[in-house]
Amino acid sequence: MKVTVIGGGVAGIQTAIALKELGLTPIIIEKNDHLGGKLCGWHKLFPTMTPAEQVLTPLLERVKALGIEVMLSTEVTSIDSDGVQTSQGRIESAATVICSGFDLFDATLKEEYGYGIYDNVITSADLERMMNNGKVALADGTQPHRIAFLHCVGSRDEKVQQRHCSKVCCVTGVKQAIEMRRWFPKSEIYNFYMDIRMFGAGYEEMYRSAQQEHGIQFIRGRISEAAPVLNGKVQIKAEDTLIGRPLKMTVDLLVLLIGMTAGQSNKCWTRCAGITQSDSMFLKPKNMFAGNVCSDAPNIFYAGTVTAPKTIGESLNEANAAAMRVAQYLGRL
Amino acid sequence: MIDFGFGVNVARAVNMDRNNLDTAHDIFNSLPDLQACIACGSCTATCTAGNLTSFNFRKVHTLVRRGEYKEAYSEMSKCMLCGKCRLVCPRGINTRGVVLTIKKKLGDY
Repeated sequence: MKVTVIGGGVAGIQTAIALKELGLTPIIIEKNDHLGGKLCGWHKLFPTMTPAEQVLTPLLERVKALGIEVMLSTEVTSIDSDGVQTSQGRIESAATVICSGFDLFDATLKEEYGYGIYDNVITSADLERMMNNGKVALADGTQPHRIAFLHCVGSRDEKVQQRHCSKVCCVTGVKQAIEMRRWFPKSEIYNFYMDIRMFGAGYEEMYRSAQQEHGIQFIRGRISEAAPVLNGKVQIKAEDTLIGRPLKMTVDLLVLLIGMTAGQSNKCWTRCAGITQSDSMFLKPKNMFAGNVCSDAPNIFYAGTVTAPKTIGESLNEANAAAMRVAQYLGRL
Repeated sequence: MIDFGFGVNVARAVNMDRNNLDTAHDIFNSLPDLQACIACGSCTATCTAGNLTSFNFRKVHTLVRRGEYKEAYSEMSKCMLCGKCRLVCPRGINTRGVVLTIKKKLGDY
């Protein structure tokens, strides 16, 4: 029996693998010309510093070995109870799993930080790409001496309609700060945060090692604005809320830890009966506990960050859970 | 000079470009566990001296960390070295040792 999997990121890939192993016939529909989603081009994963390709490559090999059908460069334009409509024609299926993921927050919306305007303001995704390409440097090719990370860019911020916490940026900020310490052992590294949310196994330990072994300075306060100074550096202003005084400093590099924002396609999916968005615009599961991979339609399921910000591990687990629910629905379990 | 009753306010902002952080680094290098502070305030909450004076251990050591040394020495003199703060610290920091080190390194300020 055919099952449509929308999206070929880690959640979609793992869902398809699990469905195939349960004796069903999945088809992955991916809008890009390659599988892997946002994990492609990511450097290392928290908290173990595992190279991203160590996770992705075995998944891609498994897709190939199992002969799972994949449609690349194909966009799903609508979902209904009997299948999906795509840019390459209609696909009929007994069930659909939506794994269309999230979008990265567009840092240019926070104009006060000057992303896209000042040379040495970059995002966490840019930094990850730089590390993956083996060269981390300032715009003029030199090394940074003072680096600031800003947490919660596009998260917990009503000004950009992102009330939710993106969950993974805190630990990404700690991970990247440690990586920057390794790239630039003599640099000063500051993380500006509102709260440090270390929710997963090994995360708190990583935070502590960032403080104690890597000398990362954590300053509780949100940077309110960044301004360029003559020599290409960036001056930032914040309150050090733990001493109750404003604070300013000039940094060579400002890294914005951008959040996960709900996928643009979510709105389109809600045209199908049984699919709704929550206040954060992520899709709303049938229930947050026993039905977190289910929609209100009996044969439409969710896996991964389409319903909320999640880690790679959580997305993979949800993929297995969704595949199991599909198999149950189709009477295969 | 005629006193007009007003003057110029000194900027309150901590200026990390102007502050000399060498002493702070020196203090923190000799007390690596202090780096692990999560600013929970348990030390200040339980502080005997803080109950009676404006002494705030969490705040003073954070000021030192930012290179704001002025008054840190005299503030630390309010500490009676009872060590209750060390008993409550969830990160296991030798807070008493922090007081002694800051006093030793900041004697000149």
